[in-house]
Amino acid sequence: MRHEVRFSGYGGQGIILSAVILGRAAALYDNKYAVQTQVYGPEARGGASMGQVVIDDAPILYPEVAEPDIYVIMSQQGFEKYGVRAGKDAVMLIDSDLVRSRPDCRYYEIPATSEAKNNLKREIVANIVMIGALVAATGVVSREAIERAVLDSVPKGTEELNLKALKRGFELGERA
Amino acid sequence: MSRTEFMQGNAACAEGALAAGCRFFGGYPITPSTEIAETMARRLPKVGGVFIAMEDEIASIAAVIGAAWTGARAMTATSGPGFSLMMENIGYAAMTETPCVIVNVQRGGPSTGQPTRAAQGDMLQCRFGSHGDYSTIAITPNSVQEMFDLTVKAFNLADRYRVPTFLMADEIVGHMRERVTIPDAVEIERPRPLAEGRLPFEAGDDGIPGFAPFGSGRAVHVTGLTHDERGYPDTTDPEAHDILVRRLVAKVESARRDIADYEVTNPDAETVFVTYGAPSRTVEQVLHDRPDDSIGHLRLRVVWPFPDFALDEFPNARTFLMPELNMGQMVREVERHVDQPVVSIPKIGGELHTPAELVRALEACR
Repeated sequence: MRHEVRFSGYGGQGIILSAVILGRAAALYDNKYAVQTQVYGPEARGGASMGQVVIDDAPILYPEVAEPDIYVIMSQQGFEKYGVRAGKDAVMLIDSDLVRSRPDCRYYEIPATSEAKNNLKREIVANIVMIGALVAATGVVSREAIERAVLDSVPKGTEELNLKALKRGFELGERA
Repeated sequence: MSRTEFMQGNAACAEGALAAGCRFFGGYPITPSTEIAETMARRLPKVGGVFIAMEDEIASIAAVIGAAWTGARAMTATSGPGFSLMMENIGYAAMTETPCVIVNVQRGGPSTGQPTRAAQGDMLQCRFGSHGDYSTIAITPNSVQEMFDLTVKAFNLADRYRVPTFLMADEIVGHMRERVTIPDAVEIERPRPLAEGRLPFEAGDDGIPGFAPFGSGRAVHVTGLTHDERGYPDTTDPEAHDILVRRLVAKVESARRDIADYEVTNPDAETVFVTYGAPSRTVEQVLHDRPDDSIGHLRLRVVWPFPDFALDEFPNARTFLMPELNMGQMVREVERHVDQPVVSIPKIGGELHTPAELVRALEACR
């Protein structure tokens, strides 16, 4: 089954890294196929940033995202630019601390930024909280795979913090 | 033990170069090729290689040619504007039979155009961009794995035929990430050494002279002027020029079948897509979504020298369709070799043809 996952937020939140971690989890640890792409351009700094991943059980031929079935949106501008046209059958995870709008499709409100800031004491792991919630809510990759991909991708010395953020994300995703 | 990574195409290209033994990179960063220079800058010093950030692309290709003449495997990577600047020295590399690899991660042109968008607009430039008659080799990857594999292949072809060899990628394959398997070792074929008693530009039966890089003990004169087998200028004798330039072209063109690398799907088809690079993946998607033996696909991994004989693999073909990320470049080459109609499906602006667009084009011509 082909999934197309789109991440958007503002430059600096780790949006692109989130897409890379998800692709890595699928391609290296879940024995699936993945293609990760992103928007390159001057607007990526500070403005709306966007990264996407195609995940499939079979080799991926057409590598672009045609119509995402899963969205992870972490800023209002990101919603307006890359989330507002989500199809009715899509699922959207929203950072409810940063996004005011709500889509027409099914959505989950995940307070990732306040969770990261207040409980984990590091706002920078908000994207990892979102990834955890994404995996718990959609099952697009396995928890084991995403855990390994997160560990591969974060700086030395921050593994424990990031795993904690991921697990808080799992809990928020289950509850949502 | 090979290793498996989830990697960007440009990084895979750099890994392929390192695996192939490339130990010199001279370059000037330009989007969307910059990650190749970045990776080489990080990695080359650790393997005893040299990375030089040059002042521009004219100097970059000049440094690569110089490094190749020390016997090193050498490469540079660029995109449209830098590729244009390299043209004069690419002709010098062809004339001096310098084995080197030039990666062009193509973006929208002309001029500075669309730095972050994909195109295949330099396909004729890589064949004809420098002045005079010559031949080169151009390779077109369509995946991250091929960014690795075909970079290795580019070095081997450059060495075997002693020609500048182009890896003609595009922003899509350069920037996307996919799984890639990196083997512990790759096959490496270096130039045939110059035999005792042979002159530095005296060709063997295959039209290729043995290679005596600087420091190998042989005195070699290297010039972009028309030269004799010793390498000494001979610029007014019509015959000297005729012999040299015909050999430079023939050593590549007569090896078309050895250099060719392509995939054939549904050889009995009546309607045949001909692709290279990223658009081949849209065609593969279309064929996957609607299995139909009457639709064929010729996917070229080597576009220059053009493998005209590959078109004969489709004896029942009534129409050829060519989706390209340009206004119709390689379509001219296909038209030259077949009697059937060849329909160009051009797309510019930076995005890949969608499967729906190709289905519409397919239906319009049936």
